[in-house]
Amino acid sequence: MIVYTLLVVSLIVFAITQILPADAAVMMLGENATPEALDALRQTMGLDQPIWQQYATWLWHVVQGDLGTSLRTGQPVGPAMFEALGRSLILAFFSIGLMLILAIPLGIIAAIRRGKIADMVVSLISYAGVALPEFVTATIAVLLFADWMKWLPPTGYVPLTEDFFGGIAHLVLPVCVISIILIAHVSRMVRSELVDVLHTDYIRAARLKGLSRGHVLRHHALRNALLPTITIVALDVGYLLGGVIVVEEIFAIPGIGRQLIVAIQARDLPAIQAGVLIMAATYSIVNFIADILYAWLDKRIQYD
Amino acid sequence: MTEFFKRLLKTPQGAIGTFLVVLVLAIVVFGPMVAPYDPEKLSPLARYKGPSMMYWLGTDQYGRDIFSRLLIGARATVVMAVLATIAGTLIGALIGTASAFLGGRADELIMRTIDAVMSIPSLLFALLVVNLLGSSTINALVAVAIAFAPGMARITRSVALSVRKQDYVNAAIARGESSSYIIRREMLPNVIAPIIVEMTIRVSFAVMLFATLSFLGLGAQPPAAEWGLMVSEARRYMHMSAGILIWPSVAIAIVAVGFNLLGDGLRDALNPRT
Repeated sequence: MIVYTLLVVSLIVFAITQILPADAAVMMLGENATPEALDALRQTMGLDQPIWQQYATWLWHVVQGDLGTSLRTGQPVGPAMFEALGRSLILAFFSIGLMLILAIPLGIIAAIRRGKIADMVVSLISYAGVALPEFVTATIAVLLFADWMKWLPPTGYVPLTEDFFGGIAHLVLPVCVISIILIAHVSRMVRSELVDVLHTDYIRAARLKGLSRGHVLRHHALRNALLPTITIVALDVGYLLGGVIVVEEIFAIPGIGRQLIVAIQARDLPAIQAGVLIMAATYSIVNFIADILYAWLDKRIQYD
Repeated sequence: MTEFFKRLLKTPQGAIGTFLVVLVLAIVVFGPMVAPYDPEKLSPLARYKGPSMMYWLGTDQYGRDIFSRLLIGARATVVMAVLATIAGTLIGALIGTASAFLGGRADELIMRTIDAVMSIPSLLFALLVVNLLGSSTINALVAVAIAFAPGMARITRSVALSVRKQDYVNAAIARGESSSYIIRREMLPNVIAPIIVEMTIRVSFAVMLFATLSFLGLGAQPPAAEWGLMVSEARRYMHMSAGILIWPSVAIAIVAVGFNLLGDGLRDALNPRT
């Protein structure tokens, strides 16, 4: 399953980078290189072979863990990308954490107070959350909290291992900006799942049995309503990774999103291929784990 | 039809959403006619002006009237988003319906491939496509349409699967109709309602995706009055006047919230159970 996904992704990525109007040999030697030198380099890089053969060679190297050499820096792409991925994962980890802490309680409150003021406030928050793209909220946040109030540093990245509190201070704005849209989406999903569950017969049966509202909510309803959240959060990781690209660009965080933007702008084909592949792999692995977790928590589900 | 509109306007989401979307569409149609100033006329003496009787929303870093720019930029922003969503939906709906109709191995293969395509974040996908085609508004449209197609295909398929089991589809198969006839004439018309709901909500995502592409320098190019581009240009001058940043942001938010609310309103109005 996951292998097929990555195979398709690798094909798409390779196809796109092949159609890109960029000649790797010209990029490495410059515009003034002699035709002989270009031909020689193409031969050593294997660019004169048929496309499917180039794909097979590239794929074989990727499987062995060699993602190629950057045309821009001349360094191996793999280590640089994985180092950048680590920084992005810190960002993503805190964003998902903040989202779960806020979105699940908000969704639960909205569902149990359905139609009341609390429900309306939560849905207002969720509509506001999906109203603006990340680069706009990020810009406004920097203007408000960094420029005017001077509470937080505007941009930049400090490794947590070097200066923990400085690192956290630099992460606050990016994490909040990424979480907004996720909070809006997940709280809405939690609300609608819980509303559905609260209308089922077994909940009514539990209430008629004389169990208290709180007990039914905690032991019967939440368990069933929160399970689908795992899948939703896993699917939202795709959105999260897209948001990471924009947010890293604005806050100057040297993560994988920034690397990808630089690679795309410079038409650095091996770096683009590696970056997209790593992102797609991250998404697939997260969803794979979510499926397993779901089946483990809900014994009724059996995967082949 | 009137009954449907009554149902739509009865819910708060439907009413506010319809109002905002109609307002936005009115600006798209009439905006350029009522705009008080030339959106690209530079007035070096009137830079960073706050809101006044003369410039309702103030002026930007080149002394251009922000209100006029917003009115005229509505076309570039909203029309593009709607077109891209429609294109993406059509492609996705065809793939999804075909997949559900064919069933079995073919369905499995198509859906697995779509899952794989969806593992590339849609923003990244759009970035790659625009980079491939070169940055321009039309290419951004194509990119967003392609980025939307897999998600729409997935949704259409799940709706189409339930339609596929209906008797009238079996009847058409028994009559010996061709596959393409059944997909186009029997199945597509019946999967349209849920798709319209999803499409309406996705217009707001398209607006944001376009804005983000412009921000990354891959969509509309200066001096166009596209709203996303206006925000991203304003970032360098926001210390001089916050208005250049705030007003286009508000415009984007109105479109996004409007289409989101309308989509939710439509869902309630089209769903006979509620």
